[in-house]
Amino acid sequence: MYYSIPKVEYYRPKTLEEAIELLLNIEGSKIVAGGTDLLVDIKTSRAKVRALIDINSIAELRGIVDAGEFIRIGAATKLQEILESHTISENLPLLRAAIESMGSWQIRNLATIGGNLCTASPAADTAPPLLAYDAELTIAGRSGLRVVPVSKFFTGYRKTAIGYGEILKEIVVRKSNWTKWSYVKLGRRGGFTLSIVAVAVTAKISNSVVEDIRIALNSVAPTPIRAYRAEEVLRGKKIEMKLVEEAARFVAGEVSPIDDIRSTSWYRREMSHRLTLDTLSRALGVE
Amino acid sequence: MRVVFTLNGRVVEVDVEPNEVLLDTLRLRLGIKSVKRGCERGECGACTVLVSNVPVVSCLLLTVQINGSNIVTVEGLQSDDLFMELASEFSKSFAVQCGYCSPAMALTSYAFIKKALENSLKPSREDIAKAIEGNLCRCGTYPRVLMAIEKVLERRTQVR
Repeated sequence: MYYSIPKVEYYRPKTLEEAIELLLNIEGSKIVAGGTDLLVDIKTSRAKVRALIDINSIAELRGIVDAGEFIRIGAATKLQEILESHTISENLPLLRAAIESMGSWQIRNLATIGGNLCTASPAADTAPPLLAYDAELTIAGRSGLRVVPVSKFFTGYRKTAIGYGEILKEIVVRKSNWTKWSYVKLGRRGGFTLSIVAVAVTAKISNSVVEDIRIALNSVAPTPIRAYRAEEVLRGKKIEMKLVEEAARFVAGEVSPIDDIRSTSWYRREMSHRLTLDTLSRALGVE
Repeated sequence: MRVVFTLNGRVVEVDVEPNEVLLDTLRLRLGIKSVKRGCERGECGACTVLVSNVPVVSCLLLTVQINGSNIVTVEGLQSDDLFMELASEFSKSFAVQCGYCSPAMALTSYAFIKKALENSLKPSREDIAKAIEGNLCRCGTYPRVLMAIEKVLERRTQVR
């Protein structure tokens, strides 16, 4: 055995309230959902955990609900379940596209959307689509629920807005007419790969004018980001290749990538520009 | 902690510490040796088992988390027609070289074929490759595995 997990306590609460009490009462406790990030971090000593609080038996954290105006996704919903959901493919195709490229079948059957967000890796693949859809996150604590837009959720490298004793409850996306969308993820190989750069674009178009647009990327900054300045270049303008090119150049200026095992800072910046150009062109239908 | 689950159709009970992964419980306590120790961090798929008919890596699953679950490994599929047909096709297509990844590769392939047949899907070669992307084969038998899966799918859809 190359890896072993140090001694740990294990709790499996049935309600959110119970889970919150456990989190508050046991110092060094941590939530485990899919465990595909956390258990690797524990095995490699990146994370030290005294107690694991398994949220997989909390029914209200599971499932996808079409609530009319909104789509609600429980934080502990498995990625594979989201991938296979008609509600998702019909209403949030960009999220589906991103999840399709995540992990492998074996990993997606364990991993959860909330876990991907709460690990808050700069390479979190569910983040760009949720940023592009203006998703809102419901966070539960002892004193009740609060809502944080996903654009305010990532507060730094592997840091989130989740406070002490709080649990991410669900992801809420308002159904909206983001009729145009495009997604691209560049990894080191075709399948089962982590992102070097991923770009997600959603847009509302009427009469060749960009009514509204979102451009979001991962792996190019300490957190997944939105490219606000690039969006501004296009918002309210008539679609033109010249503007698309200008917006893509702005993206290269908005990213702050680093060198790591998957890529170099230089390459990530180049690819942020290049892939934004491709993604925008496809979403807006310009060559 | 006491954990009760179904393994290959039989109810088993183990008493484990919470830090034990299912991979170790299966190999070291229950003698299930088809489940291989590979990377131990979810990358290689050699430790794949089926939980409620879907493949998961047993190196990233704590045994205490599977209380009440239904676990299947290739040991439990020796009298399953579809699995045996697939195993024979693996052999005929030379989809086994060193064999280390094979039980897991076969399990994932089996789960995929079953799902495709149950939902009357007609998966493309790309769909099949996507399904087995989590099973690394360092001998590079992938094209032969795809061939074996395609043959079984073809035969089974004709019969229907």
